[in-house]
Amino acid sequence: MKILVTDGHGVEHEIEATDGWTVMEMIRDAGLPIKAECGGSCVCATCHVIVEADWFAKLPEKTEEEVDMLDLALEVFDTSRLSCQIEFDPSLDGLKVTLAPDAIM
Amino acid sequence: MSDNAHQTDVIIVGAGPVGLFAVFELGLLGLKTHLVDILDRIGGQCAELYPEKPIYDIPGIPVCTGQELTDKLMEQIAPFDPQFHLSEMAEELTRLDNGHWRLKTDAGTVLEAPVLVIAAGGGSFVPKKPHLEGLDDYEGESVFYAVRQMERFRDKSVLVAGGGDSALDWFIALQPIARKIALVHHRDGFRAAPHSVEAMRAIVAEGKGELHIAQMKGLEGTAPHLTGVRLEGKETGAFVHECDMLLPFYGLTMKLGPVAEFGINLEQNLIPVDTAKFESNVPGIFAIGDINTYPGKLKLILSGFHEAALMSQAAFKIARPGERLRFQYTTSSSELQKKLGVR
Repeated sequence: MKILVTDGHGVEHEIEATDGWTVMEMIRDAGLPIKAECGGSCVCATCHVIVEADWFAKLPEKTEEEVDMLDLALEVFDTSRLSCQIEFDPSLDGLKVTLAPDAIM
Repeated sequence: MSDNAHQTDVIIVGAGPVGLFAVFELGLLGLKTHLVDILDRIGGQCAELYPEKPIYDIPGIPVCTGQELTDKLMEQIAPFDPQFHLSEMAEELTRLDNGHWRLKTDAGTVLEAPVLVIAAGGGSFVPKKPHLEGLDDYEGESVFYAVRQMERFRDKSVLVAGGGDSALDWFIALQPIARKIALVHHRDGFRAAPHSVEAMRAIVAEGKGELHIAQMKGLEGTAPHLTGVRLEGKETGAFVHECDMLLPFYGLTMKLGPVAEFGINLEQNLIPVDTAKFESNVPGIFAIGDINTYPGKLKLILSGFHEAALMSQAAFKIARPGERLRFQYTTSSSELQKKLGVR
């Protein structure tokens, strides 16, 4: 299983995915430069990713907490999510996201 | 030695949980401390990012919030009377002829001590800046990330950006003073306190202020004088909102800041230390908590506490050369109990 992550330079990285891990944890574990300042507590917006539209529709709904925290993103896109709030399961094999400017170190 | 400098044993940069516990460990050894923090309150990330969030991995405390941990640490270190310099950024470090450190803050405070401890976590908390071209050139004249003097905004056309408490509070507070006030937020929902949202909506309903559901796309004007902000809304499309002041409130982010200029070795914005003393490559400068790195490092509060204890032993030898360090337990030592004020 894998996810595809595009970094700040437009380069796509294929990352091995692990069931039960959050997308932020997988990106961080792969050594990509993601800020994720609060470490996954949903109290900043520095793990902000833009999800590819088809995949966005397949993700569980944002919680109110995540919607609120996205207000701290400097620009919010239609398919913006906080990657610490997306838990990976096999149905997300192949998930495509792009690091938003907020998340780039 | 400068005339107006505060003399102490140890200067601690950062008043988060690890900096606070260092006050305790240093205090047991009889060392006095001054702390500098860029935030206006004590507690670092615990107080700023997650004051209400539960922490479950502090030994012996099954659960506490970030604010509770901060409060308890303040209670624990009270006997040692630490001196705090809040809302100040550690800016300039020099080594004096006697080997002591002189630290100057951006507010002009001067601290001198034989030992410097960096406990700055992820670095300084600084306002998040919107990604708008040329923004820096407008700062200080037309763009502000905090309101220090409300008078500055009198009779101005002010645009406030954001959806949290700071944004709404200033929209409401500046409305009677400003010539024109407007709020821009990307959605018609706000995470600010409900009474603030109500007050904001009332101002808008009465026609005393504008609300734009849009995102900022660019600045108009001749720097540093702003004339407008380009906005783009899903329903309204792109347009220019005329204004001469912009107040963006998107929370804080962490930047290493001037610590990078202190002459300490850095590895990806972290300070490499040894694991016996938690000293940097510069003798007399220590780094504890999230800001340091060593093989096996874990960014946990409890690791920072351990690091503070070991650092203190090494700091003592620098601050009290020639004196013998007596290792004692708080449970049994009447000397330590006197210091703690429990005996």
